[in-house]
Amino acid sequence: MTATVDVLLIEDEPSIAEAVRFILSREGWRCEQWPEGNGALQRIRALAPRLVILDLMLPGRSGAEVLADLRTDHTLKGLPVLLLSARGLANLPQGADRILVKPFANDDLRAAVRELLG
Amino acid sequence: MTRSSPRPPVARPLIGTRIRERRLSLGRRQTEVAQRAEISAAYLNLIEHNRRPVGAGLLSRLAEALDIDATELASDHEEALVGALREAAARAADQRGITVELDQISEFAARFPGWASALAGATRRADALERRLVALSDRMTRDPYLLETLHEVQSAVTALRSTASILAETPEIEPEWRDRFHANLDSDSQRLSRTAQALVAYLDSFEDEAVPMSPQEEVEAWIAAGQPSIAEAAELASDAARVMAQDLLAAQERDRAALPDSALSAVVAEAGDTADDPAHIAARLGRPLELVLRRLGTLRPGPWAQAGLIVCDGSGAALFRHSAPGFELPRPGEGCALWPLFEALAQPQLPVARLIETTAGNRFAAWAVAERLLPMGIGAPALSRAQMLFRPSAGRDTRPVLGVGPACRICPRPGCPARHEPSILGPV
Repeated sequence: MTATVDVLLIEDEPSIAEAVRFILSREGWRCEQWPEGNGALQRIRALAPRLVILDLMLPGRSGAEVLADLRTDHTLKGLPVLLLSARGLANLPQGADRILVKPFANDDLRAAVRELLG
Repeated sequence: MTRSSPRPPVARPLIGTRIRERRLSLGRRQTEVAQRAEISAAYLNLIEHNRRPVGAGLLSRLAEALDIDATELASDHEEALVGALREAAARAADQRGITVELDQISEFAARFPGWASALAGATRRADALERRLVALSDRMTRDPYLLETLHEVQSAVTALRSTASILAETPEIEPEWRDRFHANLDSDSQRLSRTAQALVAYLDSFEDEAVPMSPQEEVEAWIAAGQPSIAEAAELASDAARVMAQDLLAAQERDRAALPDSALSAVVAEAGDTADDPAHIAARLGRPLELVLRRLGTLRPGPWAQAGLIVCDGSGAALFRHSAPGFELPRPGEGCALWPLFEALAQPQLPVARLIETTAGNRFAAWAVAERLLPMGIGAPALSRAQMLFRPSAGRDTRPVLGVGPACRICPRPGCPARHEPSILGPV
């Protein structure tokens, strides 16, 4: 079955979400957004994206908690995750495939997504 | 049976040295002083070398022989000085591996009181500065306002950088997208400006503070550390904090006497499902609800292990604050007017029970009640005290949810009717 969504962006900042969705759509990737940690796992199951871009600091469940949920879910644990961190690279949760530190260059975002989508 | 050795008089090692120093400073011989004090010169020699105790009567005669007040001769000022010197010696040994001649501390303090005081003072100053450094470092890494503000700055910068790059690198952008991004640039630049100003003002306030923490913050750090002995609590650096902690302990002790740990734990254990309701527990115990709320929030038995408790007076000033996991407390003196605590304060004796949700989406069951106190008698103004007990919601709670915040300036809820100050986290 082919995924209808390439990237699910879990990010609560509207301006950042809008910019990221625009950048990815210009590259031809189909992107959806979810604005909080609560319900994120259900949204991932429903959309079956090829990649999750996950912000670390989210309302409700944190990005770290969502990542832990993903990695312990037997059907989703292999899903690539690109983590967006606003707190540098120290004390980050384990389990992300790639990490981008905010603020990031748009080219770095494109390169990371290209690498993870294969 | 273990035989305990008699405890030596604390002042003994010092008094002899002081007597010798006093005698020598007057240029008097041992025989002369001994005769006036009605003892032998040999015995005085033993006293001066701290090898014999000095009783009250003999001390009085020696003081008279040396033209000095007996109280001054027996003053424990030097004992305090020696204690401070011992601490300095221990610190030097711990931090720099310096071996200090501990057996000569008394001699040093008596012979060179000025130098000894200077060393003790420098050590106390170093200790105070170290505590201040730790407290400031702690504030920089844990202060919720600072963390929230820095996160807001980083979010705004991220949005500005990505959006500006899009506009720069996409010349053929559709007008509607261009307009949206221009609007985003405008709002994010305003947000960044506002947050940066707030951050600078906040950091400036650090310079104005004589102490790194308010007494209330010191007491809260002490509570968070499990309320260790006041004498050993490094957090309690100020006299005001120590007084507050002592008052708090006294109030908790009165509460404990009125509702002992064993009685509360037993009823909570027996209550089953009804242990979720403080009113049921109060009814089973036959105790006032306000007392039960405070005791549940300090003892935290069984299902109340994660409970938080806030107690405030009629002015809203916090008397006690202990948070629950996921409930972010603002700095002392700040709070959300929508907390059930303040609703209860407005309607004394009428309990309030609400399901509240923080700005992070964490839900808590909260109970609050206020009481009237008459410490000045029935003809004088009554004082109020409110207490709010709260703990993470069990999830099956279907009551309407009340959104609350930590404090207006770090609360992003738009259009809040209780807001009294603009938020740094976005349009209000």
